[in-house]
This record gives sequence, structure tokens and C-alpha cells, in this order.
Amino acid sequence: MIIAIITRTSIAAVGDQFTATTTMLGRGYRMLRRQPLLFPIMLVQPMVWLLLYSQLFNRLPRLGGFGTDSYLQFLAPGIAVISAFSHGAWEGPGMIADIERGALDRFLTTPMPPSTLVVSRTVQAAIIGSLQAAAVVAVAYAFGARPNDLISVLVILVSAALICAGFAAFSYALALLFRRQETMIAVGQFAVLPFMFLSATLTSVAQMPPWMQEVSALNPVSWAVDAARTSMLGTAGSRVLVDLAVLVLLVAAMQVFARFALGRYRRAL
Amino acid sequence: MGNVIEVRHLVKRYGDVEAVADVSLALPEGDVLCLLGPNGAGKSTTVRILSTLTRASAGSGQIAGYDLNRQTRQIRQSIGYVAQEAGTDAYLTGRENLLVQAAAHRIRGRAAQDRVAELLELVQLEYAADRLARTYSGGMRRRLEIAMGIVHRPRLLFLDEPTTGLDPQARTALWSGLAGIAAEQQLSILLTTHYLEEADQLADRIVIINGGRVVAEGTPAELKARVATDSDHPAGLDEVYQRYAGPVEEVLAP
Repeated sequence: MIIAIITRTSIAAVGDQFTATTTMLGRGYRMLRRQPLLFPIMLVQPMVWLLLYSQLFNRLPRLGGFGTDSYLQFLAPGIAVISAFSHGAWEGPGMIADIERGALDRFLTTPMPPSTLVVSRTVQAAIIGSLQAAAVVAVAYAFGARPNDLISVLVILVSAALICAGFAAFSYALALLFRRQETMIAVGQFAVLPFMFLSATLTSVAQMPPWMQEVSALNPVSWAVDAARTSMLGTAGSRVLVDLAVLVLLVAAMQVFARFALGRYRRAL
Repeated sequence: MGNVIEVRHLVKRYGDVEAVADVSLALPEGDVLCLLGPNGAGKSTTVRILSTLTRASAGSGQIAGYDLNRQTRQIRQSIGYVAQEAGTDAYLTGRENLLVQAAAHRIRGRAAQDRVAELLELVQLEYAADRLARTYSGGMRRRLEIAMGIVHRPRLLFLDEPTTGLDPQARTALWSGLAGIAAEQQLSILLTTHYLEEADQLADRIVIINGGRVVAEGTPAELKARVATDSDHPAGLDEVYQRYAGPVEEVLAP
């Protein structure tokens, strides 16, 4: 009996959360669509990275340990993941804009579940991150870097979505705790380069100095790149599932952190 | 009729700072209550507590018949809250802003479309309904925000400094509009202001707060009578304010 009641209320809660999330996604989409140049830049930037780096480091695979002779094929999943990561790390300013305009407070006094304010933004970021990844895969394909199969494409998109979602939620948490636009811009600017170079994004781990190999193993970007790259190259084993599972845990932990930050934000109002 | 707000001894502390030290309020259903006080008196913090945006450090009470500390979800269904920075989305049209707000209150589809059309007419924004909110003047934006605040037909509306930053014409227009809306929608209203004129025009009851405490309350007439030194000459509201909240500064803006 009690279980039936709990199940019913939690189903209702999930339904609430779902409809509220679609409302917020609709709002987000309309607002993004009206931002000039936004979509072109979101799609062109990863292309620039992909084509520049693949030219610059073209001969890198000769060093060995890359699992392929084509640097473009090695690089594409890395760029797919790092573009999504970068989008996630830059999500904080959007949250600050909602705080400063009073939109966050407005929604907090409606019956909408407060977690929706974090969840819907995370979902939106994950969708954009995986679209960017898809564009990278498509361009790499056009230049001759073929993914192993359709499932490998799916794994690349999921890895990108997860890394984006994890760091987006982290970035919302910082935005809610610090409430300063300048801070969030600094975070975005700081994050991308160290996370990219201290991971397997651009080069094989085998070519890194030992200390860097250790840091890279702890870098969530590496987990996502690992899953995406081994799938792309067709060398994926059960390790992919571990990588994806750990990324899911990361997203969950960051959601909890962002919820905590939202609670702190409300108490300080 | 009962009280739509009934709260006792609200306190809000931020670390060592006590923004609200002791505020008790009652608002009879259907009335308009003005919270008057200088900047930093604790007006906005009080409204943020009453609208469930933040929790009081101490104190208790009921909003629309629901427990302030425990039934926040039910309260949110019964109230509208329009903050000083009320958060209209600049890159949504007036109509879209209203539809999103309706959806946040779980009003969707045909019902939402109808309610939004009705509200656009009520606040006289039909002609600008499909323009981006960023193109609105200050007065138009305020009207949109108020419409957003009552999209779900609340019993009680909180307005935090609704006329700050408006030019005198827009302010007067908003006052008469608000009085009409309150009557038509059977709304109780709590509004904060530092314009004495505004309180005089709209309020059934006035509560003056200073330093986080209620320092005076009553109907405008009661307060004026209490302060009058000579029974033939009732005091003006500015004298009432001066007596309880210290020297009038920006409040005397023409």
C-alpha cells in the first residue's frame, strides 16, 4: 500500500519534472535561435580545431601508439569530445544571466520543481554538445576518416553528451555559488586548454611524460576520449562500458553538487 | 473573510547581519497592503520570505492558508511574485513570456493560449504581443511582468517596487491599472514602495518598516490621525513617514 503510494507520487514527480523540462527547453531553444551567429559559431569552431590540428600534427602517428596511421581519424573523436567539454565549461555565464535578470527567482516561485532549473539546462547543453560532436564526425568523414560502424558514432555522441553535461552542471554550481559573470568567464577561459592538453585528446598517452600520463588518467576528458576513440577505431572492448559508466556517475555527482549550490543560493537570497 | 497573509516574528539573518529582525504582518483577503520603508529596511527580504523564494531564519505563519515553512508548493500555486528585477526574457516576445510562465504553472495548450490573450488585453499589450520584450518601454515591461505574475489566477500578488524607474505618467497609469486588476481578478496585493504617494493612492493598509522591524501600521487615515498634532489638520503621509522611518530623502521625489 505504502509502496504503491510512493510509486504513484514518484511517477507524478517524474512526470512533473519531464513536462517542466520540456517547457524550459522550449524557452532555451527560442532564446538561442535568436542569438545572431550562435549556431554557425558553435558548428564552425570544432571544424577549425579539427582541420587545423590535423594539419599541424599530421605526422604524429609515426611516433607510434596511435592505433592508426591517419591522424585525422585519431583526432576526430578527441575534437568531438573536447568541443562538447568546452561548451559545457562555458555554460555558467548563461546561468548568471538568468540570475541577474531575475528569471531564476521568477521560476523559483512557481510550482515547477526547482531541480528543473539545473536539469533542463544540463539537457540542453548535452544536446548541443552531441550536435557539435556529430558535426565533427561528419566533417572528418568527408575528409576520409571513417568511423568503425554506426554504433561507434553513437558512442562518440554519448561520450560528448556526458562530458558536456558533467561540466555544464559543475559550471552551474559555480555560477550559483559565486554569482559573478567575470568568474564564470575566467573559468571557461581557464578550463579548455589544461583539460585538453592533460588528456588523450591530441596525442597518444604513450607519448606523454609519466606524470602527464597519471594526470591524464584522472581527467574525465580522457575517459570520454577513450570511449569515443576506441569506438571510432574499432578497437573498443569492455573498457568503453566502464568509461561511460564512470561518466554517468560524474554527471550524477555534478547534478547533486549543482542542487546543493541552488540550495545555498536560495538561503542567501 | 480571513487573512491571506498572517505571519509572526519573521527573522532573516545572513551571517551576522540581520536583514529582517522582527516582522509580523496580516493582510485581509482582498486588501492592498503597502510596505513602506527606506532602502535597506528589509522590504525586499520580507517579500522574498513571504513568496517562498527564501526561508526565514525564524518565525512562522500562513500564506493563503498554507504553512509558510512547510507547504511552499501549495503557496506557490496561490501566489504571484513580481520582483524588482522581474526576469522577463528579453529575447522572447510578450506572448512567449506569458506562455512560458503559464507552462511553469502547468497551464498549457488551448487554456494557456486563451488565458494569455485575456491577460494581454487586460494589461493593454495586445498590439505588442508578438514583439520581443527587449523592445518594450519600462512601463510596457512592468505591465507584462504583472500579467506574468497573475497568469495562474493567484489569490495574492507580491509586487516589489513596481513603479521604481518609471516616468511619472507611466507610474500613474500603472496605479490605476493595478487598482482595476485587483478588483477584477479579486486579488489581494502586497506591494513595497518608497513612494508615499503610491501608498496613499493604493493602500488599504500601510506597514512602515525600518531596520528590519515594523515601526508603524494602520490604514492611511489612522496613521495620519495618529501623527497629527492638531486635530483640525490631519498630517500628511510624509509626516507619518518622517516620524517613523526618519528623514524623508528620495521618498519625496515629485
